[in-house]
Amino acid sequence: MWKWLHPYANPEVSYHFAGKLLPWLTVLSVLFLSIGIVWALAFAPADYQQGHSFRIFYIHVPAASLSMGIYLGMAIAAFTSMVWQFKLADASAAAMAPVGAIFTAIALITGAAWGKPMWGTWWIWDARLTSELILLFLYLGIIALHSAFEDKNLAGKAAGILTLVGVINLPIIKYSVEWWNTLHQGSTVSKLGKPSMTMDMLWPFLFCFIGFILLVTLIICIRFRSEILARNSIRPWVRTLVLTQTALKENS
Amino acid sequence: MSATNLDNANLGVNNANEKQSLLSASSVTCIREERLLFDQLNIEINAGDIVQVEGPNGSGKTSLLRILAGLSLPYEGKVQYRNQSISTCQEAFHQDLLYLGHLPGVKGEMSAQENLQFNLALHGIKSNIVETESTLAQVNLTGFEESLASHLSAGQHRKISLARLYKSNARIWILDEPFTAIDKQGVQALEQLFKAHLTQGGCIILTTHQDLLTFPSQQLKKITLDYTFDSIGE
Amino acid sequence: MNKPMPATNLSYRSVFALIFKRDLTIALRHKDDIINPLLFFVIVVTLFPLGIGPEAQTLSRIAPGIIWVAALLATLLSLDRLFKSDHSDGSLEQMLLSPQPIFILVLAKIVAHWFITGLPLILIAPLLAVLLHLNEQSYGALILTLLLGTPVLSLLGAIGVALTVGIKKGGVLLSLLVLPLYIPVLIFATSAIDTAALGLPYSGQLAIIAALFFGSLTLAPFAVAAALKVSTN
Repeated sequence: MWKWLHPYANPEVSYHFAGKLLPWLTVLSVLFLSIGIVWALAFAPADYQQGHSFRIFYIHVPAASLSMGIYLGMAIAAFTSMVWQFKLADASAAAMAPVGAIFTAIALITGAAWGKPMWGTWWIWDARLTSELILLFLYLGIIALHSAFEDKNLAGKAAGILTLVGVINLPIIKYSVEWWNTLHQGSTVSKLGKPSMTMDMLWPFLFCFIGFILLVTLIICIRFRSEILARNSIRPWVRTLVLTQTALKENS
Repeated sequence: MSATNLDNANLGVNNANEKQSLLSASSVTCIREERLLFDQLNIEINAGDIVQVEGPNGSGKTSLLRILAGLSLPYEGKVQYRNQSISTCQEAFHQDLLYLGHLPGVKGEMSAQENLQFNLALHGIKSNIVETESTLAQVNLTGFEESLASHLSAGQHRKISLARLYKSNARIWILDEPFTAIDKQGVQALEQLFKAHLTQGGCIILTTHQDLLTFPSQQLKKITLDYTFDSIGE
Repeated sequence: MNKPMPATNLSYRSVFALIFKRDLTIALRHKDDIINPLLFFVIVVTLFPLGIGPEAQTLSRIAPGIIWVAALLATLLSLDRLFKSDHSDGSLEQMLLSPQPIFILVLAKIVAHWFITGLPLILIAPLLAVLLHLNEQSYGALILTLLLGTPVLSLLGAIGVALTVGIKKGGVLLSLLVLPLYIPVLIFATSAIDTAALGLPYSGQLAIIAALFFGSLTLAPFAVAAALKVSTN
């Protein structure tokens, strides 16, 4: 069943495969994002309640979903690495962590920017914003643990264990924060309500969402390639690769 | 197993199937701090063998011992206990293994006797006060049984951990610099102990700067690790 | 030379007892480890009235939160001793190489740790509750939540310590890893105490903390064992 995956367990094959994906991902993500963002900012109708400030939704929601999606991806990678001793999975998890943290931060900042016109304050202990903040802490913990180890292989394993512990805890944390929020209902003004979407709002949103997914995949691919190189710097293929690259640069 | 002194890292694996070797490593590669310590190392250790790992500081002697004990995972390759991977038969392997590392594993808050008793109990060996006293006497710690280990010297700590050897029923002994901080007399006693262990069907893998001249050359194998800067061959 | 009898495999219970007894012995001969986190707990709690003001009403409103946050921090501070000294003197390696199952060793160490640090915390908490004018109806809830909650702190914290034990400056990192995981316990424990103050039943919150306790009791030892293998590598 896993036979077809086997060649990709070889770092060299994966490195070149990821390299082939790069141009496609670049073109597609630029295409989707530019269409989506121009459409969302200039042509989509304003929300009847929230006016133009609602347009930040086109960035906030994709960023928030991706922040969770990337964490899930890391957990799956950590699980594969632990069960099947699949070393490249650690490299991919290491490639994902900072991207996930950045998107969590984007979700938080856009959430705060959206909150200012809506609630008149930058920060409110809204359930979703609070969970997003805790998710950021989890990401930062994983990144810090990863960088604390000198040996990349050990770092990957340690971060993998923490990721799995985190992914078990994440639903519990999310649930407890939501519960806590309803308990202290008095202190919240209103939740970030999902605006009722009409079709002319949905289409630009879809373009933005797919565009962001492509962009994230692109960044992860670039980082994945450099993680592979860093982990295999002692291999001859990496050395010849570096030599040919520098030779090419000198010739041009 | 050929009976010659193989001053070579690759001890014959050709006739590995003829006899079940106690501990074997096949194509083990170790990388530390982005430096290749050893590459595609094959080792086979049978009952009655004593293997001395040699090499300059930083050549990976301790790393090799830790890989053989299963404390570290090799970058590549596998370690087998009686033709089974040590990760699949961990309990049986640990039952048959005694590893003494750089650190003696002695708690300062406990007395010499308590330390020995605990270390033995961890391996399922029950011992009473009389027995531990006589064992500690064998490593010249008579009179120190009740002293807290924090009041003892580094050499005495090592002796407490070495005392386990006298009571051990493990066949595989992996010893990292067992003679450090041990006086001449102690070294001789240990060598006697090693010989007895070998004749009883045990094996020993150790690193030491001492020459183990008292062992016959067909029994003593040497693995020499070099300090290298090479990259790995695919 | 006389070779001893072949070793018999110890039962889980005797392995547990062996490690538990050893850790308690060491802790009792090294009392600083018990007293210092406790003193920290008391001092942190007394800082709050000084920072906020001595009004009984304000204090009793925030008392559950203060006591629980201080308990979190005190546990965090004491976690360091769980594996650190065993790691630095080599006993941890010996335990990992023993034929006994690692999760039992780990569980015994965590339980011993809770006895040394969690239990004294619970014993002294009512005293601090008096200082903070905690609502009289809440004392039962305070003790029960601490009784069920502090073991969760020890169990989850052990994962963090196991991951950072090989790192030279792991202390600050440990808090970054562990504190987010403590959030659910904090939320449900303080809410149980608040609910009790209103004279309402708080068995729901207790049940959730109990679920967290049993969940972490079954899963944490395995995570710790895996983490220790990485840390000693």
